[in-house]
This record gives sequence, structure tokens and C-alpha cells, in this order.
Amino acid sequence: MEKVMGLASENGLVIFSKSSCCMCYAVNMLFQGIGVKPVMYDIDQDPEGREMEKALMKLGGAAAAGPVPAVFIGGKFMGSTNEIMSAHLSGQLVQMLKPFHHSMS
Amino acid sequence: MKSSVHIIGYEFELEKYASFSPQTQRRLAQNREAARKSRLRKKAYVQQLETSRLKLVQLEQELVRARQQTTYTTQPNGAGIGTFEMEYAHWVEEQHKQVAELRRALQAHVGDVELRMLVENGLNHYANLFRMKADAAKADVFYLISGKWRTSVERFFLWIGGFRPSELLNVLLPQLEPLTDQQHAEVCTLRQSCQQVEDALSQGIERLQQTLSQSMALDQSIGGSYRVQMAAAIEKLEGLESFANQADHLRGQTLHHMARILTTRQAARGLLALGEYFERLRALSSLWAARPREPT
Repeated sequence: MEKVMGLASENGLVIFSKSSCCMCYAVNMLFQGIGVKPVMYDIDQDPEGREMEKALMKLGGAAAAGPVPAVFIGGKFMGSTNEIMSAHLSGQLVQMLKPFHHSMS
Repeated sequence: MKSSVHIIGYEFELEKYASFSPQTQRRLAQNREAARKSRLRKKAYVQQLETSRLKLVQLEQELVRARQQTTYTTQPNGAGIGTFEMEYAHWVEEQHKQVAELRRALQAHVGDVELRMLVENGLNHYANLFRMKADAAKADVFYLISGKWRTSVERFFLWIGGFRPSELLNVLLPQLEPLTDQQHAEVCTLRQSCQQVEDALSQGIERLQQTLSQSMALDQSIGGSYRVQMAAAIEKLEGLESFANQADHLRGQTLHHMARILTTRQAARGLLALGEYFERLRALSSLWAARPREPT
């Protein structure tokens, strides 16, 4: 869990993913489409991957489809695909990402 | 008790009866017989009605119970889809009723309270569809995203198992005018966000296709590598269920936000326009299938 939170606070925008996860790729594409570039951290490439996966499962709760994608904005856990999609449609996501814009899309 | 009174009355009648002419006596007897037969027929008819009514109530209760049951998750794959097809047919019937109801209500200029109820019903009905589709995706995701359960023209517009929400917004917009400037801005923002999510999901599925294709192209038939290759491919395909669910989640969210942006009356008009659009597409599918063709 510490590794997860550590990485999350080091990087403003992190998506924990797996190299084989195409939904993680989709969420990454969404962020890039709105003009930000998140850090993609593949937990299956990390020696502590199993522990990280368990930690992410706990954060996601029973409703999440899986441990990844797990999105952190400003060190805070934002949720998975469902939450990110909802946040974008409500306009909240763009607001939250304002400090991370290097270019307006 | 009744018989003794009857006998006393009968004796009284007998005296009167004896004074009538034979023709009159015969006519009276015939009338009595006819009346008796009529009473018996009526009794039988009423009994039939009662039995039918009870049967109807029983059937109605069974129908409600059957619809409430969730049967997909406890049945093997094939059976789950059969149930979905049946449920979807009911869904379309109910949709048709709701569309007619909306049309009637808008023409009759009913108040906002009643319209609000109709709008809520309409939104819930779509939510039910997405729930049904989520269950079907668990049973057979390929069936769901192939759109086999939809008519041919609907399938032509297919995007991850249903309609493209941004395209539906384009269909609806002209029907909702006049909109305030504020509403216009909000709808445009919604449409743009919708398109961005659609693009992201489309790119995700494309990537799934590419990586799957690449991994299948490798010949790993030697030893355990084949099992590993296939296991990895299966894990990939399991990801498809997420895409189907997210596409429906997007559709549901788009409807929700439109209902929030619009007034009750506009939302009712929107739901009517949407329902009629789908009905027209389905009708077109039937007409297309039945169109006259040159004998080959």
C-alpha cells in the first residue's frame, strides 16, 4: 500500500495499470484526448506487483471491475473507469485536471 | 322451507290457472319453460366469467413473478441468452406503450407532475435495459456486442453493443428546440465529452483486437507455451465485458445528464423523439427485409 501511495504522491497524475489491460489504455487515451499526460504504472512489471494489486483492490472496493485501472489525481484515489467516465461527463474531470494541463486541448 | 311455500303458492296459482283457456295455459307453460332455461343459461355464463377472471388474476401474478426473477446467472450460457431475448422482446413492447403514452400526454398538454412521472418511467426503462445487457454480457459478451438481438438497420449503426450516444444527441437536438443559450452550451459540452469517451473506448477495443491478433499469430504450439498463449488470450477476451459495460454506462450517463439539463417538457419530447427514432429504424428493417426484388 505504501508503494502505491508513495507513487501516487510523487506524481500528480498516475494510472496504475497492467501491460495487458486494454481498459487502462482506453483511460489513458481519454486523458490524452483532453490534453494531459498521466504516468502509466504497470503493476505487473513490478516485483511487488501482487501486494500493489491487493492494495488497489481494497481501495476500489466491491464495486470495482478489477484492481486496474486505478486513477490517482493529486495523490488522491479517484476510482476506476466508471468513476472517471462519470466525472468527465459531469464536467468535474476537466476541473480537477486544470493544474496538470501543459496545453489546452 | 322454500318448497312448502312454493307448494302453497302453486296451489293458489292452480285455481287461477284452471280458469284460463287451453291456449293461454299452453302459452303460460311455454313462457315458464323459456324463463327457466334463460335463468340456467345466465347462471352458467356467470360461473364461466368468474372462473376466467380467477384464471386471469393467477396468470397476471405469474407473469409479474416470472419477470422479476433474475435467471441468467444461475443458468448455463445458452439459456441465459434465451432469457435475454425474451426479456428484450418484452422491453420493446413496453417501450412502444411508453412512447404512445408520451405522445398522448404531450398532445393533451398534461401538467408537469404527470410528465415528470412519464419521464422517470422512461429513464428507468432504459436503466432496466442496461441492467439486462450487463447480465447478458456475463453470459455471452460476443452475442451482446454483435447486436444479433437487434434489427438489421439498428445493427448497421452498432457501436459496442448499442447506439453511439453522441450520435443520438445529434438526432435529438433539433427536436428539442427552442433551447436557452445556457442549455445549448451544456448540451454541446456534454456531446463533446461523450465523443471523447467514445473515442477512448474505441481505441481501447482496437488495441484489444491488435494485441489479440498478434498473440494468436505466433505459433506457440510447442509444449506449455500453447496453454500460456491461450490463457493470456482468454484473459484478454474477458476484458471485453468491461468495454460492453462501460459503453452502456456512457449511454445511461448521457441520458441522465440530458434529463438534468432539459425542462420536464423538453425531456418528455426528447424521450418521445428517441423512442420514435428507434421505432422507425425497426420498421425500416422490416420493410427492407420485405422489399420486392428481381427473382434470381
